[in-house]
Amino acid sequence: MRRVVVAASFFIALIAAWYVAVMSGRWSPVLLPSPESIADYLWSALLDGSLLEGCWVTLRRLLVGYIIGVAMGLPLGLLTSTSQSFEDTVGALALGLQTLPSVCWVPLALLWFGQTETAMLFVVVMGTVWSVLIATDTGARTIPPIYARAARTMGSEGFHKWTRVVLPASLPFLVSGMKQGWAFAWRSLMAAEIYVTILTGFGLGHLLHYGRELNAMDQVIGIMLVIVLIGLAADKVLFSPWERFLHQRWGTGLKQR
Amino acid sequence: MMLQQSSFIPAPPAKLVVDSVSKWYRTARATVHALDNISLNVAEGEFVCLVGPSGCGKTTLLDIIAGLTKPDRGRVLADDQVVEGPGRHRLVMFQESALFPWLTVMGNVLFGLKLKPELTAKERRQIALDHLELVGLEKFADANVHELSGGMKQRAALARSLAPDPRVLLMDEPLASLDAMTREQLYSDIQRIWQTRRKTILLVTHNVREAVCLGDRVILLSPRPGRICADYAVPLSRPRDINSAELAGYAREITAALKSLMSEVVAE
Repeated sequence: MRRVVVAASFFIALIAAWYVAVMSGRWSPVLLPSPESIADYLWSALLDGSLLEGCWVTLRRLLVGYIIGVAMGLPLGLLTSTSQSFEDTVGALALGLQTLPSVCWVPLALLWFGQTETAMLFVVVMGTVWSVLIATDTGARTIPPIYARAARTMGSEGFHKWTRVVLPASLPFLVSGMKQGWAFAWRSLMAAEIYVTILTGFGLGHLLHYGRELNAMDQVIGIMLVIVLIGLAADKVLFSPWERFLHQRWGTGLKQR
Repeated sequence: MMLQQSSFIPAPPAKLVVDSVSKWYRTARATVHALDNISLNVAEGEFVCLVGPSGCGKTTLLDIIAGLTKPDRGRVLADDQVVEGPGRHRLVMFQESALFPWLTVMGNVLFGLKLKPELTAKERRQIALDHLELVGLEKFADANVHELSGGMKQRAALARSLAPDPRVLLMDEPLASLDAMTREQLYSDIQRIWQTRRKTILLVTHNVREAVCLGDRVILLSPRPGRICADYAVPLSRPRDINSAELAGYAREITAALKSLMSEVVAE
């Protein structure tokens, strides 16, 4: 209860300070719109459907790309963790490409695929696949060998070993890798949407970009707020259950306070 | 006793033959001769303890019998079949429990059972429950592994090893990391379970009293390279009490042999 009060008063104070700054009249309302004008914009965008449309377009690109990225990264990571040749080839490539900020894929994607959904998907996949691959690889390598030995003596081999021992044993690494992949994909998609207009769908990034073109600061800040909220929600919906499961089963992350 | 009521018939224990096994380890700097020409027979249902100082290759020998490591020379026969790899009939219980942290206690005991396709889900559950009861953990079926104490973890590991009904149980210092009180409790539990289930058991330890308390035979290994240097029969009646004077007398004799062995090694 005390924590809720502390958190609530912090954010109320933040909004109050914003009000004070707006009221002081030192800054033009074009550059510093009031909180209620932002609420007004969000409400009207909700009513005319542009906000929901933007959220839907962006989330669809993100989810489809992310699922493809994870589906590629997981098996590749398992391969690089077991095979020396895969480690020296695919593993080295992944390590290199992971250091490349995923926004840097945007120009290439545009030249290859044009201003299409495929270009967007490509950027998201590239943002996801390498970090998932590397996390899987690290996870599978750092499994205590005793688990593999115990599993082998009980007759667990091949596919069974991979799905019932190696993957669950590396779950702590997998979840953090998938979280990182999600963050990379989300950032690169936003950059790509701001950067290019794709006529098949106007995502949140596009709305942000449009806000700038129109000098509509209420739209810019409003959309930023929505992006933050979606990021938070994704964290809660996609990753919190896994993390809770991990902490409960492994007995990690128990609060010492 | 739940186990006698349940319908499944336990597999008969195995005969184990270790036939002139030698093993070398090649490291970057040197070749270590780990095991030298080890030959050993274990009868069906016999409880044999391997004792030796650290570095005598006890664990390596156990791994070779389990099929986890290949010998450089010699072979291992289980029921007259050459051991080529790990198999469900020879389960290993490790020093650390090696329980899977992503599964509950029940899930861990079920793991090996799920690899036996001839069982139905209901039978598996019943067998797992019976074994948890055998080790006194029936109340902890749904607990997470990290919630168990060290002794409870080893009990759960024992239940997991016994549940798929192996013919041989290989125990690699299963009690070494436990405190003295817990260990004493487990000595009597292991004897009780062995007497009801009659598995062939090979237990590795560096604790002579433990070996005398549990084993029908105690085999002494010398270090670097590992060789069998003595084979004692322990004719004490069961259940044995680790603190009994008679047991201590046997242990003293073996400990003396072990000490002279150590001084020879130091003198070299």
